[in-house]
Amino acid sequence: MSGRTPNQKAWWLVMPVVLLVAFNAVIPLMTVVNYSVQETFGDNQFFFEGVTWFEQILHSSRFHDALERQLLFTAIVLAIEVPLGVAIALAMPRSGAWSSVCLVLMAMPLLIPWNVVGAMWNIFALPDIGLLGHSLNALGFDYNFTRQPLAAWSTLVAMDVWHWTSLVVLLAYAGLSAIPTAFYQAAKIDGASAWAVFCYIQLPKMKRVLMIAVLLRFMDSFMIYTEAIVLTGGGPGNSTSLLSIDLVKIALGQFDLGPAAAMSLIYFLIILLLSWVFYAVMTRDEAQS
Amino acid sequence: MRRVKWLLPALYILFVLLPIYWLLNMSFKTTNEILGSFTWWPGHITLENYRTILTDPTWYTGYLNSLAYVLMNTVISVSLALPAAYAFSRYRFMGDKHLFFWLLSNRMAPPAVFALPFFQLYSAIGLFDTHVAVALAHCLFNIPLAVWILEGFMSGVPKELDETAFVDGYPFWRFFIRIFIPTIAAGIGVAAFFCFMFSWVELLLAKTLTAVVAKPIAAVMTRTASTSGYELGLLAAAGALTIIPGAFVIYFVRNYIAKGFALGRV
Repeated sequence: MSGRTPNQKAWWLVMPVVLLVAFNAVIPLMTVVNYSVQETFGDNQFFFEGVTWFEQILHSSRFHDALERQLLFTAIVLAIEVPLGVAIALAMPRSGAWSSVCLVLMAMPLLIPWNVVGAMWNIFALPDIGLLGHSLNALGFDYNFTRQPLAAWSTLVAMDVWHWTSLVVLLAYAGLSAIPTAFYQAAKIDGASAWAVFCYIQLPKMKRVLMIAVLLRFMDSFMIYTEAIVLTGGGPGNSTSLLSIDLVKIALGQFDLGPAAAMSLIYFLIILLLSWVFYAVMTRDEAQS
Repeated sequence: MRRVKWLLPALYILFVLLPIYWLLNMSFKTTNEILGSFTWWPGHITLENYRTILTDPTWYTGYLNSLAYVLMNTVISVSLALPAAYAFSRYRFMGDKHLFFWLLSNRMAPPAVFALPFFQLYSAIGLFDTHVAVALAHCLFNIPLAVWILEGFMSGVPKELDETAFVDGYPFWRFFIRIFIPTIAAGIGVAAFFCFMFSWVELLLAKTLTAVVAKPIAAVMTRTASTSGYELGLLAAAGALTIIPGAFVIYFVRNYIAKGFALGRV
């Protein structure tokens, strides 16, 4: 976005997009804000409640637990997917037919509807007839993700790694293929080790795409709903009730519109805030180097 | 060293393919065989599950519905995003940066938050249970994405192209459609790929906004799962069929994916 000419008429070009997105974003958001400050007893009767719901949610241990689970899940998933994705991208063939084959096969999980991902992993991990569950039990592990919280967590993490590492791979791979071969030749002449090439050439060049990968993975793992609800349904107990799952339980299960709306807003603000922090920290690093 | 290097991607691809294999394996079995015992591959390969899906209208209309709103969404998102991305890439105007980030922030809205208000909004304007409703709703996250990708591609095109065309007397729209759009065809392909992908895989909103007429395949699957007991073979076949459109699309854009990511800064 550099070297642009000032032109206020450009607003006409962005107007359709702004109108459509505003229609989809502003009206529902205002609806949520509206609910979040009211109490309803049905019959379309609403009473103004002010910030009661917000105080209630922020002090409820249920929300704290769900938030902790969510943060833990996101942290684990990021810690596995980002290094793994980079490592795979580094080891992939740089060009030729094999790189196409790799890319196509790896991109497959990205294009499977999320409920099918959940259902697929459910079938895959069933202790009696699933490939994973059966094999683990045959190897002597006591594994049943519908009863053991730890097994449910591991399965959930494995599913997310399966589902999304490819995105990091594709991004890292794109960053790598943008490096001119002259850089590698220069490094070779200087006798640089593979590690030095990684630290001083590949990593700095991948920085921008990696930043995008971390941001996207952060946002999407924080919003995970469909795959998790199909796989574990938030169970056993509440052990895998991440924020979205808990939210939908409150909103649709118990039909507590006020608290659900307040929780939605808090949830959205957390994502916005954390994304902004990520973004600010990473762009600051970029500006320094 | 070279041989070891191959190991990691190969293992990862194996890991990617295993659950897919298991799904296919189940889809060729009868429900009795699935529940009966654990087998590595189907004893008798049966196409019964696929036949049911492809002949029963409640099943195959689910696919058609999904495809209908996904294609509509892709067309709407990309065609509206094109002029907007051009504006962001070529012009400076009041509030442009804030607008760009506001657009992107919508990518961060959890669908779970918007499900209920969307239901009310689209019911109020009489679009509930139509393909258009889902297509429009998915614009919430696809338009920002398309603008982001296309802006990246357009900024890679030198400004001299525009200037020369305007000097030659091309009116704006003619230049845009005749010259500019063919120049960034790869970018449009990549943007369309991502719009297709995110619309095809999103289900929470699609399910919330439909009931009977425009019901997506995913909703058909969950409903069948709950009403007709535990027909795993049928569900596996239905799941396996949802992979096909995606695989098809990937095959076409395989050479652009990596480039698109790099240029389009997805």
